Amino acid sequence: MQELLTFTIIGLSTGAIYAVVASGLVVTYTTSGIFNLAHGATGMLAAFTYWQLRFDWDLPAPLALFLTLFVLCPLFGILTERFVMRGLQGTTEVVRLSVTVALFAFMIGLANWIWPSDSSREAFLRFYEGNTVSIGGINVSWHKLITFGCAVLVAILLRLLMYRTRMGVAMRAVVDDRSLVELNGARPNRIAMFAWAISASLAGLAGILLAGEQQLNIEPLVLLVINAYAAAIFGRLRNLPLTFVGAAVLGLLDAYYLAYSNDSWFPQSFLGFSLSGIRASIPTIILFVALLARPQTRLRVGATRFREENRVPSWSTSLLGAVVLIAVTVAISGMLTRSNTLLLLNGFTMAIVALSLVPLTGYAGQTSLAPLTFAGLGAIAMAKLPGGGNLLSLVVAVVIVAIVGAIVALPALRLSGIYLALSTAAFAVLVSKLVFNQKQTFQTGNISVPTLDLPFVEIDTPRARLILASVAFSVLGLLVVAVRRSRLGRRLIALKDSPVAAATLGMNLTSTKLAAFALSAGIGACAGALAGDKVSPQQYEFTQSLPVVLLTVVGGVGTVGGAFFGGILLGGNSVLASVVPSMSNISKILPGTIGITLGRNPSGAAVQTADSFRPLAQRWGIIGFAVLGAVGVWALAALDVVSHWSFFLTGVLWVLAVTPNLPAIVDAAPGRRLAAVSILAVGLVAAAAIDWGTALDATGQRLIALVAMVAIFGVGAQRVLERAPRVHRASPDAIGLDRSFTREEIEITERALRVAP
Amino acid sequence: MTSDSLLRVEEISVRFGGVVAVDRVSLGAEAGRVTGLIGPNGAGKTTLFNVITGVQVPTSGQVVFEGSDVTRLAVHRRARRGLARTFQRLEVFASLSVRDNIRVATELTTIVDVGRRVDDLLERVGLVDVAERTAGDLPTGLARLVEIARALATEPRLLLLDEPASGLDEQETRLLGDLLRSLADDGLGVLVVEHDMDLVMKVCDAIHVLDLGQLIASGTPAEVQADRRVLEAYLGVA
Repeated sequence: MQELLTFTIIGLSTGAIYAVVASGLVVTYTTSGIFNLAHGATGMLAAFTYWQLRFDWDLPAPLALFLTLFVLCPLFGILTERFVMRGLQGTTEVVRLSVTVALFAFMIGLANWIWPSDSSREAFLRFYEGNTVSIGGINVSWHKLITFGCAVLVAILLRLLMYRTRMGVAMRAVVDDRSLVELNGARPNRIAMFAWAISASLAGLAGILLAGEQQLNIEPLVLLVINAYAAAIFGRLRNLPLTFVGAAVLGLLDAYYLAYSNDSWFPQSFLGFSLSGIRASIPTIILFVALLARPQTRLRVGATRFREENRVPSWSTSLLGAVVLIAVTVAISGMLTRSNTLLLLNGFTMAIVALSLVPLTGYAGQTSLAPLTFAGLGAIAMAKLPGGGNLLSLVVAVVIVAIVGAIVALPALRLSGIYLALSTAAFAVLVSKLVFNQKQTFQTGNISVPTLDLPFVEIDTPRARLILASVAFSVLGLLVVAVRRSRLGRRLIALKDSPVAAATLGMNLTSTKLAAFALSAGIGACAGALAGDKVSPQQYEFTQSLPVVLLTVVGGVGTVGGAFFGGILLGGNSVLASVVPSMSNISKILPGTIGITLGRNPSGAAVQTADSFRPLAQRWGIIGFAVLGAVGVWALAALDVVSHWSFFLTGVLWVLAVTPNLPAIVDAAPGRRLAAVSILAVGLVAAAAIDWGTALDATGQRLIALVAMVAIFGVGAQRVLERAPRVHRASPDAIGLDRSFTREEIEITERALRVAP
Repeated sequence: MTSDSLLRVEEISVRFGGVVAVDRVSLGAEAGRVTGLIGPNGAGKTTLFNVITGVQVPTSGQVVFEGSDVTRLAVHRRARRGLARTFQRLEVFASLSVRDNIRVATELTTIVDVGRRVDDLLERVGLVDVAERTAGDLPTGLARLVEIARALATEPRLLLLDEPASGLDEQETRLLGDLLRSLADDGLGVLVVEHDMDLVMKVCDAIHVLDLGQLIASGTPAEVQADRRVLEAYLGVA
């Protein structure tokens, strides 16, 4: 009895923290429609900030608390809303989620940078130094009491705020209809800003309380807070009282499990599978159950128009892309060192994982946060199947995982949007906690996936594996293009654009989603099955999937090119981190920083890059000149006039900086033409003449130099050539508001209004 | 309303919390005729459309299509039985081309002769010139035509049009009227919600009038125009 009471108190105290975190999530979700995956990271950053103020700079505790919770956290929330979240209206669920993932990555990177994990920090965050008080014969620490008190206080204050203040009423109104509130004179943006400020403070409070219970470490702080998602879903992301109940249930379950799981009656295994991962999975299981218990998502009439574009890729462009990709890989693979070969190989593997998101997320608009889980299952299937890695076992492995993917997705398909996304996250966590840790799968921590056994070809060197990976990506990429051009592809796009219209035209939404999930799982499985090396379960965890989703969206999840871009970014980021220690801090915040800018360009970088080549269409003379130039650069390298790195930099500069500007150079006035040509010439000469292999001693620095050169010379030349700002694809309503009309825009408008002469 | 009507809506009610959006409404639509559904804003017309197509489950009542009860049938199954609709707030597949919008609907019905059927429909509703444009970039009038062509591509027995003339200019509205008549002449049942009274009175064979969720009048255009309750509902005349 005594024990039961003790663990009840422990459970309620844990639940109190979950409740505070979850209520913050609910506040922002209801007012801005954004499910903030970075909410936990905000709490983590706040806990570190508090530590910095209180223990490193020796401020008195009340002052440090006040500064953290009532000044810095709200400020952070306001800045986040104003500069990151506000740009996200009218974007798809996956873009909104990705931006919060980016923020998440950014904050973890920032915390790692400012407070490196190797420097010692005496964690001393417990209030009243962990002293206890006796209540009814049970010793309870002051910290737990304060935690519990905070949750009650938060509950009361939120209730008062929502029902007794003008702002609260406006916040509840925004939930119901944003545009209506606007018509009635309230300002949704200001309300959202206020909500983000409160939410950040709540996250901060929870972070500080949690850091006192646990250690002041980044990962547990961020991940433990993920458990609060389950509580928030329990309250259906709207209902605060239910959210608090959900949090209490979670906390209690966790505490009781801790209390009784070692008792003899408690099952330790099931059908030969170990149940040791259960405790860590409790919140996830609750999350999954709470999600599945939700009523079927109702079809909504009045779909949002998305800003992302999706053009039909042509066969000629796609085939050309595939051939060029393989040719370039073959050409440069001979020049790469072994470690760089492996890094690029990793990039290609990630590109295949990213590709698995294209039909599912890019076409069908269904967010999956578990792409790597299917790669992991693919790796296990390939390793366990007989056949030593021949093509047949690859096919069987892919089919098995595709079927598993479809079966697992089946219950989740009733859901859509954020609920579907979270159920894939729950699935990913459950698989890594309950499947990947079994002796039947990754018995000793890692398994060896056999290399593909092809007739006539030996895949025995890293170079051969790299070329195989480029071929695999090209083949799968063409498959995805074929899907986009097929009946299924059109159905997937229809599903994304308007589920309600698709259904009323006779489309079975569930079977269409199922096809998308199976296809995606199958492609993901290829990435794992083609690993051809030792793999470990850590590679396929949920937390690893998040950056994959993020960078795929950054690259452009709607296109094969975007997936490639995303994969290479992922590979390139690990190049930065592993090769250049001094750069590792920047590389930590890099993906986050890139992702945060998504709000401005939700179609992704690949589409933007492709757009810059658009002026070249049909101008064969210029295209011929560009190809000649590329061959010339290659010849310089082949004749050993320039080093490998100089070849690489000059080549990329030629393709990305010079070629897109060529049509404008031809069309420009003589003065501007001369200026632009000089800028580009300086860039090319610098790239070719400097021996980058010796000038900079690390791959990461060379890559940064490359990006900088493309930006300086390419964009510089473009700026010189541009007489007028480019026409943006923004709403025509906005044109003329923040700048004057351009001649071109006036012409477009006149044509649209049919008033042109 | 006869027992062999193409569509019968019987005693349908829809409540949202305490609000009764549709209150025990019964009405019908016949094959080969254009039936109008009119009423002031908030009368429950779109909600009734949602009930008929299965997007909204009614609180009580029945939807009978071609003699069988479809009240609980899934949205896509009703569509395959021959119910098709357009939307008041446009629901075109914005990132597909006009041609692909119609093609995706055609492919849901048949696998033979898709290309020719799509071409025929583009011709019939007058979208040939914009066939390759992205549907999301079209002006409202053309986008409404895309929705009509897309609905027709499923070869429906009953076509439900939710304010097809809003956003159309005078000439486009006239062409729309001609199109609706020619569809009915081909044997199709057409049920149309519309605010453009000239169009409604010109093309409809029968009209039902809703006000505040209740059916207040049914009859020919002439009968409805003469009905005192209709005038009250529209003009607020006591």
